[in-house]
Amino acid sequence: MKLPALKTMAKVPDQINRRDFLKSGGAAVTLTLAPGITVMAFGGEASAAANPATRWGLLIDVNKCAKDCDACVTGCSVENGWKMGGNPETDAQWIRKVDLTNKQTGREVSMPMMCQHCEEPPCVDVCPTGASFKRADGIVLVDKHTCIGCRYCMMACPFKARSFIHEDLEDQKSYAPRGKGTVESCTLCVHRVDEGGIPACVEACDATGHGAMMFGDLKDPTSDIAIALASYASVGLRDDLRLNTGVRYSNL
Amino acid sequence: MARTVYQEVTPTPAIWMIAILMGAFVAAAGVSVLYIEHNGHIVTGMNNQIVWGLPHVFAIFLIVAASGALNVASIASVFGKIENKPMARYSGLLSIALLLGGLAVLVLDLGRPDRLIIAMTQYNFKSIFAWNMLLYNGFFVIVGTYIYVQMARGMSEKVIKIVGTAAFVWRLALTTGTGSIFGWLVARSGYDAAIMAPMFIVMSFSFGLAFFILVLGSTFPLTGRFLGDNLIKRLGRLLGVFAAAVLYFTAIRHLSNLYATEHHDFERFILMGDTIFTPLFWIGQVLIGGLIPVAMLLRKAEKTTKMQVMIASILIVIGGFAQLYGIVIGGQAFPLEIFPGYDVTSAFYDGTINSYTPTIYELALGLGGVALAVLVAGVGVVALRILPMTLCDEEIDPTAPDF
Repeated sequence: MKLPALKTMAKVPDQINRRDFLKSGGAAVTLTLAPGITVMAFGGEASAAANPATRWGLLIDVNKCAKDCDACVTGCSVENGWKMGGNPETDAQWIRKVDLTNKQTGREVSMPMMCQHCEEPPCVDVCPTGASFKRADGIVLVDKHTCIGCRYCMMACPFKARSFIHEDLEDQKSYAPRGKGTVESCTLCVHRVDEGGIPACVEACDATGHGAMMFGDLKDPTSDIAIALASYASVGLRDDLRLNTGVRYSNL
Repeated sequence: MARTVYQEVTPTPAIWMIAILMGAFVAAAGVSVLYIEHNGHIVTGMNNQIVWGLPHVFAIFLIVAASGALNVASIASVFGKIENKPMARYSGLLSIALLLGGLAVLVLDLGRPDRLIIAMTQYNFKSIFAWNMLLYNGFFVIVGTYIYVQMARGMSEKVIKIVGTAAFVWRLALTTGTGSIFGWLVARSGYDAAIMAPMFIVMSFSFGLAFFILVLGSTFPLTGRFLGDNLIKRLGRLLGVFAAAVLYFTAIRHLSNLYATEHHDFERFILMGDTIFTPLFWIGQVLIGGLIPVAMLLRKAEKTTKMQVMIASILIVIGGFAQLYGIVIGGQAFPLEIFPGYDVTSAFYDGTINSYTPTIYELALGLGGVALAVLVAGVGVVALRILPMTLCDEEIDPTAPDF
């Protein structure tokens, strides 16, 4: 089966040069394991599709996020083919809703949590094989063909954003490959983004009318997200770790 | 000192029985691995909260003990204690066997153990895990060479000392790497401490020597060879110092955490919580694995018996497992502090103490690693001239013991 990432690569070959390609984690895999043969899932091709001039990110307005709404979670689950199967301790959760109560003031808020797509991702640092990697446009992914299932990235992630696939899978989506015994997390709907779309969670949130999630290019000063970030206060989770997360929260 | 005579061990029925028993444990581990791989990790007690479980406790214990088991040889070759020299080959063999057992458990618990070749051929050099792959493989080569130069005829002492020193430095690096697996996890309250690396080194001194004493003390009677009282007492004194050092490092680790307000919740969880980790710490690690054996080993030497040293070694091994269980599982059971200043709830166990109940498959895998180590060491002493014919005090150290 041909992965959608390949199509994307065919569309944008002029956006990358050889150096960028070799710099991508998956490119080394292609050279080492299968020159001329593509066996990648979120590997060299998905990485090569990335444009280093952009950095994709999310801005979540906590005030607009309704406590009883989980449209973003459902949207992601339907889009990417993961679901809660009745084993909450082992089921995958690419995105989840968290409810927070400020210990001092008692203020209650609700918000979605997913991979924060750090600029300095600890999961990428600790991955022994380089299966955890960051694309040039800031999207953090797992190469499903080189993940050995050691779970060190899950130990290292400050946001509990990753899941390990504990059992056999059914009804997978061709554009969101998953595999028993490997680790996975939010891909920022890379298959949509590379086609010019937006992540499913943002689309689902917009459909409810809440408009709590904004997606865009953090590096483009004319983008809505960059303008909003420049105009209003926002925070990244665990900013003390200086990971420069690609997901930011306002009114938290 | 008389010339040491090394001889292969001739298997007796008792040795065959032990070999068959160990083989059964290894086979049980193999079946468990196939079962886990077929069904997925859903059949284990591990989950998305406790991602490393009992197999990792066993694996890390064996890996840590492996580098420590080499101490006896290092003390002979590097620090010139000639009375340790007759045990140096065995020390090297045991360290290789323990590392093999530990790595087998670690590798067979992977989600995709079939992809081990990827871990061996693709390295992310920012990952301490990747460095550890090199350190572990290098350990086999260097310690293997170390055993060889000790056994080769006519090899000069200088060469043995050089290779022995390289092995000693390498094992320090190896345990630094093992400790740093946890020390460099910046986001978790239970880890993220530079003291992890030196603490793991001291733990390896203690656990490795305890394991060495236990194996030495049981192997020699089985093979009909004599083991001197003073030798065991001297090793016991050293073990007492190492066990006390582990207590010291443990105290410093927790005192440092207690000084920083941000770590108070974690310390309360470990030191005075209502989970298994609190009794595991105070009773398992501090009392059984620390204070009691230290008192047994460091009191007046003339009163210490061989049996007491053996019992103290068993206690230190038990305490070592308790300590590693507390570090590996306890560190994950405590929730990640993603939102300081907030109470948090979610469908993904945010803000809750995570629970873990290991299954029989994980236990079988861990015990299989220990059995594999014993089996490899056993095959080694049967096939090679590793064990000296005697380790009686008059043969190896005619001078009065300097306890």
